[in-house]
Amino acid sequence: MGTPFYVSPEQMYQDRAEYARKGIAKGRPIVAIDNAEGIVIMAENRSAGLRKIAEIYDCIAFSAVGKFDEYENLRKHGVRAADLRGFSFSREDVVAANLANDYSTLLGTIFTREMKPYEVEILVCEVNPERNSYFQILYDGTITDRRHYASVGGDSDEIHKVLQERWKEGMSLAEAVQLARDALTRSNNGSGTLDEECLEVAVLDSRRDGRKFRRLVRDEVRGLLGA
Amino acid sequence: MNLPGNYRGSSFIEFLKADHPDLVPDFGSHDWSSVQMMHGTTVLALVYQDGAIMAGDRLATEGHAVGTRDIEKVFRIDDSCCMGIAGAAGPAVEMVRMFGLELEHFQKLEGHTLTYEGKANRLSFLIRQNLPAAMQGLVVMPLFAGFDADKGRARIYKFDVTGGRFAETDYYSTGSGGKDARSSLKKSFRPTGMTLGVAIEAAIEALIDAADEDTATGGFDLARGIYPTCKLMTKSGVEDVPPEELLRARETVLARREI
Repeated sequence: MGTPFYVSPEQMYQDRAEYARKGIAKGRPIVAIDNAEGIVIMAENRSAGLRKIAEIYDCIAFSAVGKFDEYENLRKHGVRAADLRGFSFSREDVVAANLANDYSTLLGTIFTREMKPYEVEILVCEVNPERNSYFQILYDGTITDRRHYASVGGDSDEIHKVLQERWKEGMSLAEAVQLARDALTRSNNGSGTLDEECLEVAVLDSRRDGRKFRRLVRDEVRGLLGA
Repeated sequence: MNLPGNYRGSSFIEFLKADHPDLVPDFGSHDWSSVQMMHGTTVLALVYQDGAIMAGDRLATEGHAVGTRDIEKVFRIDDSCCMGIAGAAGPAVEMVRMFGLELEHFQKLEGHTLTYEGKANRLSFLIRQNLPAAMQGLVVMPLFAGFDADKGRARIYKFDVTGGRFAETDYYSTGSGGKDARSSLKKSFRPTGMTLGVAIEAAIEALIDAADEDTATGGFDLARGIYPTCKLMTKSGVEDVPPEELLRARETVLARREI
């Protein structure tokens, strides 16, 4: 039996992080923005069947970039965890912070213990009358709490420049949808233009009772972009 | 890496059984025959020209006593269907919760809703699950109705205690006053051209008949302002019939009978 090679933790971390980042960089970004009606989440997605944005619970939405099978498994885990929590306690006891922590722990464990890290970046959004939440979770379990807007994937510096410049308190849904489109376009500048016919858009509509997640159909998106 | 849990399918009940068996409601391991508990009484459903109506009285009995005067026995399950419950109220309400969650869980995991047939089968499965409890005295008699968007019409399913799902009917009623309500519906039901107003009158008349003949079925409690629950299922969703409309239907029925 040979002696195993020694790899320093720093080296291991760097290698894995680089591997994960490379995988994630292939995906197109997602942005989520506060508006007068709640939260709007937008991604460019050429597939109508494979979704990047999805409902987790009454006030909570999930979106992710990276490797589909990996984030799809995480999404399903989130739905099971949320439904289980709502079933054993109450629907009001299902909160995004708890779910985000869960994802952070899972991704952190996978990053250090497994052969290969997950190549995903997750955004958990929660609509709340007092304060909407955005939790961004990276491939290594790093978790960041954002206010008013957030993004995952793509050129995050460019996206944030656009959002920072133009986001306003109480902006309408149409304004938020247009801002999201412009942020995605800016991120795409290096790699071609944004195809407005391939936008996946969903909202967490705070005016709805119970389950607040709703997908916008193509005509609605067209209308909001043209408004 | 495998994420936590062993179950990978889309059913919430199967998920509970596989990964959290301690949380699966278990009413079957006790003999309940000597225990006094809440019982729901009469629920009914009928099809009319634009959809279906489900209605129920508000009384729950506990033995020979009044358990609750304002219990809800008709529940909206999702955007297109409702479930009515009669029988042991505890397990019935649990079944409603489980059924709603089962449909929601499937929809979130799969990205689309179950077909109407699929929903009815899941309910049938839940009733069968309750069989051990039913044998111990906890009988639940649900009624299932909704608007089947694929078929473009409203459909009603009745079940028996074994979870047997029987031929769809245009009207049905279950519970202690179920037989009286059914006899009433049999006279008032029309297979074609039943408008919403006429259908609400038929439902209310059937509940009045059930309350007349069955001590466990409640009527309109005008003093307390407690009226039957009545929900509509049409292609635009599920909605409550407002109390004014229920009172109007009651007036019409009583005037017709010259009471």
